[in-house]
Amino acid sequence: MTETMHHNVHRAQERHHHHTHAHDTRHGGDHHLLQVEDLTISFRRYDDAERGLRRFWSARRKGAAGASEKAGPARSLLATLSVQHEVAVLKGVNLAVHVGEVVAVVGASGAGKTLLADAVLGLFDPHATVRGRLWFDGVEQTAESLRKLRGKRIALIPQSVASLDPLMKVGAQVRGAAHGVEKEQRAARQRELFERYGLDEEVAGLYPSQLSGGMARRVLLCCALMEEPQLIIADEPTVGLDLDRATDALADLRAFADGGGGVMLITHDIELALRVADRVAVFHDGTVVEETAVASFAAPELLEHPFSRALWHALPEHGLRVDGGGANAVSSQMGEEQPC
Amino acid sequence: MLEGRHITYAPDGKTTVLHDVSLTVAPEERVALVAPSGAGKTTLCRILAGYLRPDSGEVLVDGVPLPSMGRCPVQLIGQHPELALDPRMTVAASLAEAGETDAALLERVGVQRQWMGRYPRELSGGELQRICIARALLAHPRYLVADEMTTSLDVVTQARIWAVVLEELAANGAGLLMVTHSPALTQRLATCVVQLGRP
Repeated sequence: MTETMHHNVHRAQERHHHHTHAHDTRHGGDHHLLQVEDLTISFRRYDDAERGLRRFWSARRKGAAGASEKAGPARSLLATLSVQHEVAVLKGVNLAVHVGEVVAVVGASGAGKTLLADAVLGLFDPHATVRGRLWFDGVEQTAESLRKLRGKRIALIPQSVASLDPLMKVGAQVRGAAHGVEKEQRAARQRELFERYGLDEEVAGLYPSQLSGGMARRVLLCCALMEEPQLIIADEPTVGLDLDRATDALADLRAFADGGGGVMLITHDIELALRVADRVAVFHDGTVVEETAVASFAAPELLEHPFSRALWHALPEHGLRVDGGGANAVSSQMGEEQPC
Repeated sequence: MLEGRHITYAPDGKTTVLHDVSLTVAPEERVALVAPSGAGKTTLCRILAGYLRPDSGEVLVDGVPLPSMGRCPVQLIGQHPELALDPRMTVAASLAEAGETDAALLERVGVQRQWMGRYPRELSGGELQRICIARALLAHPRYLVADEMTTSLDVVTQARIWAVVLEELAANGAGLLMVTHSPALTQRLATCVVQLGRP
């Protein structure tokens, strides 16, 4: 009943919590499965590697050679430290994932997409300063509580097989360590998942290097599904797969969402993302500039932000354009930022 | 004319990756190579660019085999830029291998001046790929082989890079062989599509 009420409040396409909905968006349990608000992550950094440590070392070398530089190593070190400053890599990110939904996070590489994934998984760099609020299944989370959810209710599908242990058979890796009854249960769950995703029983006895790209991708999916998570974060799950395999990979994520889960699909392949996602969060320069229904990508007029429109124009089916319409301003601006 | 004639490639004598494949690319032509995963697209690209030698068959440019030394008239841009650059050479040294530099071209591809003194490990995958693309173009190839050249780039960068590549190819009257998983990109760019069957 509460769900219905909530739905009455937020109609399709209506803006709330910084985003618009796809027309079939649901609010299970009267809240978002995942909600990120005003997430800012900054790092202490040197101004530039060239001007920072390198300058210090080159100054030292010059000093040793008896060059006339008065500063000397100690002064150079001070100069080096003084250029250290805070750099915000994520700036006030807002994002929501609803139950039953695939939200694609798209944008240039280096825009901070993976950092967002890390934050949702409670993986914070010790040198990072993190601000903002994050709710999972209606409960506000801390770094500590996110750590407990990680791998259980929030699972990651990493980008490559490099995440698997090359010296361990994949069946054992998917099952994980367990004893007694639990071991049996986990073995049964692993077999069930392998069967569901079309992996033969023999695959469990193979090492990661013996898997094809498509098989490896399904093994990583099975790893993520072992603990029956509610939210899956998929980080570039289609890189290196041909179109058929990539489509299969996305279909599996779609099925997971349709079964009542939520998926945050991080990708720079917007063509593929648009086929499977309900909504798209456009990442640009460290923040989500627009969070909108996939339907808005039908025409550039439906997109609000100039960068979203630049993405639209740059799609091959829309002419691979970087100079068309509103895209021009953004592309010249991007030239200076060089996001990747 | 770039010609691959009756190319067969069976690296360990047992598995045949390519069997009697023939393919031609004319100047100013843009050929898309389409095949299922594992059919040997990347292997064929590497053979046509002289990275691999076929077990039988030959690769000819205007009737002449690829030179064994010096700048190759067929330049390859692959999917893994991190494997295509010498980790012990600076960006400037890697680019210098292609011959005389062209600051305007580097800028158009998005290679920045401050990268020149850096080593490959100090740059991201997308940055390295731009360097590989710049290096291939600086060599003024007669034919360019682009194997999933822009898969690791976002769409805006992809569009910008393709615009530069097409301009350069047109300016030199060069031909293109491209492999891509994107039907939309194929449709947009290719002047002809070649299907590579399973061996």
